[in-house]
Amino acid sequence: MLRWLCLGAVVAALLTPDGFQAQAPVPEIAFDASADFLKLPSDVYLGEVAGVATNSRGELFVYTRTGNPTVGLGNSRLFSHGGGRLFEFDRGGGLVREIGQGLYAFLAPHAVRVDAQDNIWIVDEGSNQVVKFNADGRVLMILGRKPEAVTIRVPSPSPPSSPASGGSAAAPGAGGAGDQFIRPSDVAFDGEGNIFVADGHGANARIAKFDRDGRFLLSWGSRGTGPGQFNVPHSIATDTRGNVYVADQGNKRIQIFDGKGGFKSQITDVGVPQAVCVSGGPHQYLYSSHAGDKYGMDDAAIFKLELDGRVVGKFGAAGKQLKQFGLVNTIDCRTENNLYVGELTNWRVQKLTLRPSQAR
Amino acid sequence: MKAVFLLVAVLAAHPVFGQTKAKAQNVPEIAYDSVPGFLKLPATLYLGEGIGVATNSKGHVFVYTRSGDTRLFEFDQNGNFVREIGQGLYGFEFAHAVRVDRDDNIWAVDEGTNMVIKFTPDSRVALVLGRRPEPVEGLVAATPGAPDPEPEPYVFSRPTDVGFDAAGNIFVTDGYGNSRVVKFDKNGRFLKQVGTKGNQRGQLNLPHTMAMDANGNVYVGDRSNARVQVFDNDLNFKAIYDNVGNPWAVCISPGPHQYLFVSNSIPDNGLAQYRDITGEIYKMELDGTILGKFGKPGKQLGEFSTVHEIDCRNPNELFVAEITAWRVQKILLRATSPAR
Repeated sequence: MLRWLCLGAVVAALLTPDGFQAQAPVPEIAFDASADFLKLPSDVYLGEVAGVATNSRGELFVYTRTGNPTVGLGNSRLFSHGGGRLFEFDRGGGLVREIGQGLYAFLAPHAVRVDAQDNIWIVDEGSNQVVKFNADGRVLMILGRKPEAVTIRVPSPSPPSSPASGGSAAAPGAGGAGDQFIRPSDVAFDGEGNIFVADGHGANARIAKFDRDGRFLLSWGSRGTGPGQFNVPHSIATDTRGNVYVADQGNKRIQIFDGKGGFKSQITDVGVPQAVCVSGGPHQYLYSSHAGDKYGMDDAAIFKLELDGRVVGKFGAAGKQLKQFGLVNTIDCRTENNLYVGELTNWRVQKLTLRPSQAR
Repeated sequence: MKAVFLLVAVLAAHPVFGQTKAKAQNVPEIAYDSVPGFLKLPATLYLGEGIGVATNSKGHVFVYTRSGDTRLFEFDQNGNFVREIGQGLYGFEFAHAVRVDRDDNIWAVDEGTNMVIKFTPDSRVALVLGRRPEPVEGLVAATPGAPDPEPEPYVFSRPTDVGFDAAGNIFVTDGYGNSRVVKFDKNGRFLKQVGTKGNQRGQLNLPHTMAMDANGNVYVGDRSNARVQVFDNDLNFKAIYDNVGNPWAVCISPGPHQYLFVSNSIPDNGLAQYRDITGEIYKMELDGTILGKFGKPGKQLGEFSTVHEIDCRNPNELFVAEITAWRVQKILLRATSPAR
């Protein structure tokens, strides 16, 4: 019996009988790792690596929580500044450039993704914004709006309630009909360029869908444990058929939907999904990072699955050494057996090379 | 620091929007084009929210933006970046408007520091109005339901905009906290004020933007009251135009025949329910007669994503600053006369 350690911020959900205790032992996948292939100038440091993504040329983008998030004093309000940076590296790990210096949305990084046209997208859970850059690093589109000022949180015994959602009697967490995100966590795209935003870490518990021009189409989900409900939709990925895979972290499951939010199935035997990724190529695989404790020191692994949920194998463990994972918040799996993972507690990107043929 | 920051980085209260559909019906559409890529930024420079835009007599464009920090940029008449103004300025915290006076001085209104700052054309500080609260005083706790304190002559509470008459008198809309228009002489000495919070004549509920005509009349975008209020130069009430929605931005063009532009902007909360009732800009005569309208909400070129300020030095070549798309567009209006 594996012991369960709940993530501190996550409300313990139903521990389903067919939970993490897989019927058959999960095969271990052999792998190698490198944590020093990124070559940083002496005056550049990574902080918590919230996002890692490659483009079609193998260039690597890293969205990191670094520097000093600060607040400026107004008369009655606090104004937030800084706290995130976006770096581009070449395939050899050399720093190419920084993107978005001093950007208004860079506050508390949560994800970076690259779409089919090599546009770069960041998701920031502090500014509540999703920003699309073109391959040259110029801003093309903004979703969401940064709160004008920081407010002081007053401790409350009751759980956070959903904000006003446009007059409709929406279920808790359903959010408003638009891009009013609350700590969004991730972004994904379908073949038509539609945009899916996981929203997120705050009072919302939904997936919002926009067309390629950023026009709101629909959203689905509310707070709960039923099919189509979420407890921290923490990561999102799509396959080439337009299916949407949501890491429903607090419910310890991955939910699979069609492109309109119709529930299809769920995967419940891969621990606490923190980051999901669907690989490229004709045979797509689903990767999911499991983080079973909030320090990344006791219980972690990355699972490799078929898209139908069958577990192929797993690899890695919790810890701070090479080949160990300290809260993997993001996985890039453009190439099936060459992964990049970004870790929060270890402030690093690991490049992983899987050797599936040598499964022990 | 980070832990503390994340602890408090919870949501700011979402302001309540009373955005309404304009009462005006059957308004002719004015055809227009948006110039793609007019502003050219160096590779390491990014605009944030497009809050303020203004041109000077040479056609230079000044953009006041909420970037990582609030910053003021100058571009030439072709959109090439010239320089940054006021780096690290004590008065820059949360941009709200930029205006250029008849002598090409540049004025910035900052609702974070409660200050109005005048720069000379070569971008040195010439005059400051208001005072940034001293940091050692700490924050003022908001007490819901408490009556608004009587405004002090030289203290703004989230001021929003500034205008000037021919004598050089300075008018400030103030603002989100206070509900008044203040008149100062050209040296910054308090002369008069008008307005308390309310919806009666002469009262204001979020005076968000203002413009002045050649006779020194003051046109105030009384945003939450969904009306433009006109005052004379001594701040006596003159008129109300309440048929063009909630004015987020107003502008009056110069020249012998002046026009008034009013933007009924889509709110910045991103809710789809406002898409069909907002987003248009009205072109009006100074007496309130509507000549036409243009624009619709959206993120694409030529669409408007919460217009926050309009420059109309040339009434057929406007600049609009937009909050939620982080940009400034140059808008070319086609001829409005029926003869083509």
